[in-house]
Amino acid sequence: MRVAILAALTPSPFKVHFMNILRTILRAFVLLLGMASAALTGPYEEALPKFANDSYADTDTAIGAVASSGNPLSIDVVEALRDGRLLIGAGQVFIRRVSGELTNAATGQVWGNPAGELKAVRVNNRVRRSIEAALGSLTLLSADAAKRLEAAHAVFRSRDEAVLPTLEKAIAQEGQTHVRNALENARAAILLSKQDALPMQRLAAIETLRARGDQEALALLSNLPSNAPPDVVAAAGKAAAGIRSRLTFWEAVQNVWYGISLGSVLLLAAIGLAITFGTMGVINMAHGEMVMLGAYTTFMVQELIRSQAPGLFGASLLIALPLAFLVAGSVGVLIERTVIRFLYGRPLETLLATWGISLILQQGVRTIFGPTNREVGTPAWMSGALDIGTMSLTYNRIAIVVFAFAVFAILLLVLRYTPLGLYVRAVTQNRRMAGSMGIRTSRIDALAFGLGSGVAGIAGVALSQIDNVSPNLGQGYIIDSFMVVVFGGVGNLWGTLVGAITLGIANKLLEPYAGAVLGKIALLIAIIVFIQRRPRGLFALKGRAVEA
Amino acid sequence: MRTHSLFDRQTNLVLSLLAAAAILVPAMNGLAPPGSALHLSDHLVPLLGKYVCFALLALSVDLIWGFCGILSLGHGAFFALGGYAMGMYLMRQIGPRGVYGDPILPDFMVFLNWKELPWFWYGFDWFPFAALMVLLVPGALALVFGWFAFRSRVTGVYFSIITQAMTFALMLAFFRNDMGLGGNNGLTDFKEILGFPVQAGSTRIALYVLSVLALAGGYLLCRWVAGSTFGKVLVAVRDAESRTRFLGYRVEHYKLAVFALSAMLAGIAGALYVPQVGIINPSEFAPANSIEVVIWVAVGGRGTLAGPIVGALLVNAGKTWFTAALPEFWLFALGSLFVFVTLFMPRGILGAARDLWERSSQKLRARRSPQPVTHAAE
Repeated sequence: MRVAILAALTPSPFKVHFMNILRTILRAFVLLLGMASAALTGPYEEALPKFANDSYADTDTAIGAVASSGNPLSIDVVEALRDGRLLIGAGQVFIRRVSGELTNAATGQVWGNPAGELKAVRVNNRVRRSIEAALGSLTLLSADAAKRLEAAHAVFRSRDEAVLPTLEKAIAQEGQTHVRNALENARAAILLSKQDALPMQRLAAIETLRARGDQEALALLSNLPSNAPPDVVAAAGKAAAGIRSRLTFWEAVQNVWYGISLGSVLLLAAIGLAITFGTMGVINMAHGEMVMLGAYTTFMVQELIRSQAPGLFGASLLIALPLAFLVAGSVGVLIERTVIRFLYGRPLETLLATWGISLILQQGVRTIFGPTNREVGTPAWMSGALDIGTMSLTYNRIAIVVFAFAVFAILLLVLRYTPLGLYVRAVTQNRRMAGSMGIRTSRIDALAFGLGSGVAGIAGVALSQIDNVSPNLGQGYIIDSFMVVVFGGVGNLWGTLVGAITLGIANKLLEPYAGAVLGKIALLIAIIVFIQRRPRGLFALKGRAVEA
Repeated sequence: MRTHSLFDRQTNLVLSLLAAAAILVPAMNGLAPPGSALHLSDHLVPLLGKYVCFALLALSVDLIWGFCGILSLGHGAFFALGGYAMGMYLMRQIGPRGVYGDPILPDFMVFLNWKELPWFWYGFDWFPFAALMVLLVPGALALVFGWFAFRSRVTGVYFSIITQAMTFALMLAFFRNDMGLGGNNGLTDFKEILGFPVQAGSTRIALYVLSVLALAGGYLLCRWVAGSTFGKVLVAVRDAESRTRFLGYRVEHYKLAVFALSAMLAGIAGALYVPQVGIINPSEFAPANSIEVVIWVAVGGRGTLAGPIVGALLVNAGKTWFTAALPEFWLFALGSLFVFVTLFMPRGILGAARDLWERSSQKLRARRSPQPVTHAAE
């Protein structure tokens, strides 16, 4: 047995000869198979040899024939032609795969060594156009819905009349509604600009485009072919006007949404300030740094989760929320107990001292974490966008708006229904009277300061999603937050809410007309003028508390 | 008030120290041979000049904060406006020597493809006009802003916040290229001032001496204002605004006048600052700068007039040293200074020194004469 194997492994002259014969026979057999399959001719196999002629006209017709053949190899052939990988030699057509191996275009089988010289099929601009159209129509029939959708969008843009038959076929067999819509849009786009389209078809196309109703549809409707009959022109004009007013409407809605979004960011940043400023009349210039601390807490939580428990990443923000509240809140209480407590009744000095604290906190964070931006990730459930009308709302913005209002509601409830809230309100309205009634005002000050700072920390968690987490994060919000609080009025959370949302929306509505910077300047001036009219804000406290 | 004379002991001391600074620095720079221990190298002259300008700015803040209780967190804006007025004059002096060689338009306008000089640049090639603008522009802004603010009785922290908003808005505006004032880069590449090359050592000495003189003049002016009846009303406004109003004084007029005066002083400081540092850009409007000025005043001693000068010089010398030796720690030091001064030295260095002086002199007097002495002035 062992001897036999050895004999088989050891090449003897006879055996080598025999192997060569075997190989030749095999090759002939493969060749025969190939020919046999070529003999089973369809439109694909008939069209293929035309490439071998290497004339532009023949190539062009071959592309059309191949593309409409329905053969699964046809897409490979057209792609290979586009990339210069379609080779001809000895009357045969080959595809050089991206991996480098050579296959027979007719059968798709691997072709060992090329017989003789191979050269690529030449293309010119006309051929290239046919290639693009063919590819569009080929992917229109792809099994993958995403590819079909992409192809439909491509056809919508190219508006190639040659694709029309394939498009009809694709529409007829399309099962998914949104792909079908895209395909019908593409058909409408082609029909509208097609010279010899019937008026009926055009009117239907106009109707489809009107339903689509975006900027691109508008462009198509306003560029009708010159030979369009008057009723089509009129219908198109009407549809375009409809789209225009719809677009204006959605643009306004979008601006308002951006304004609410900006307003909720301002609300988050300012609401903690409203509490500290309201209760103690203390200008806390380090408030922005509390926001920054919250953002860095989020960063730390995410880092820990990444290294220890990657599965929890989706919940990282929820975990960061209480931690950020605790971190910023305890820093706030610490500041109150060590510095601000000694400065009551001297608001201007408090302003300076807290500014100093903000410098120290900024530099501290810069020393520990470095001056560069830190990467805070977005959990999967917050990425993506919701499409309404022509605008798309990103989930993280929606989350921040919802979150800001939730924080506002919770704070409102805390202030209204808890003992702490009662005391804070009492101290805000009349410090001395509250003290006389047995409220330990200094303790309430510390707690209120902690609460305000903690809320700033939570704001930091949210802002880490839309802003750069850097030591300067807080600086960017401090002036805006003061504007909100001063505009809204001190000692009233509703004032802060109205102030924040008003400023946010006003800012975004001004932006398209005045530009971002001028809009902001105009708003600052408006607030300065407003304070002259109502020095204590929109929702001012009334009565004796004002002079206290 | 111990004395009603303008030239009391403190004034004399300040003036003689300033005179010494005005004489010693040029002497040490020009007469002492390089390498000797007394020699002051060339690059230190504009640095000292810069400090002196800051001292004048601090003085202007003290005039309103220390004597009238108005805490402006936007005084850097008046400083920068004065600086821009001077910068525009210096830009026009460049003439055809700019990179693009345009005889009229400054380089940045050629770069932005502007065809003609904006109207507000007219007249700035003439020094007296520019000098007038150095006073008028900050003064006018202060008048308008103050008129609105004081008339509707915006006081305390509210006023501080809107001054901050004012300087922030100005910063945003000056960052715009459309503003016609150099945008982001500001005004720079100055060649000469009144025919003297800006970079030359002798010009720098002259500018330095001028700054010291301006500081001395500013100090005397503030001293005079503080000692006058007008100044007494200001102090009354600071300590009891409502009561002063009920006594029949038009509080807002007093506030407005002193606010505008202070803004003009700040403008002069800015105008002297620009040729010495060679550039003015919108970052001078940054709210943080204005807040820093307030700490100079607080460190030196608010309401003392000499204190802000001491504070500005000390803090800026500290800044220069720290940012070179321990750049990481400068903000820690500055931040701690803010906290320390407000908590433990509410009257600043000068206030603390004066307390010490009075206590020791009281002790001395008590030792000399056993019976208690009542102060005539108290």
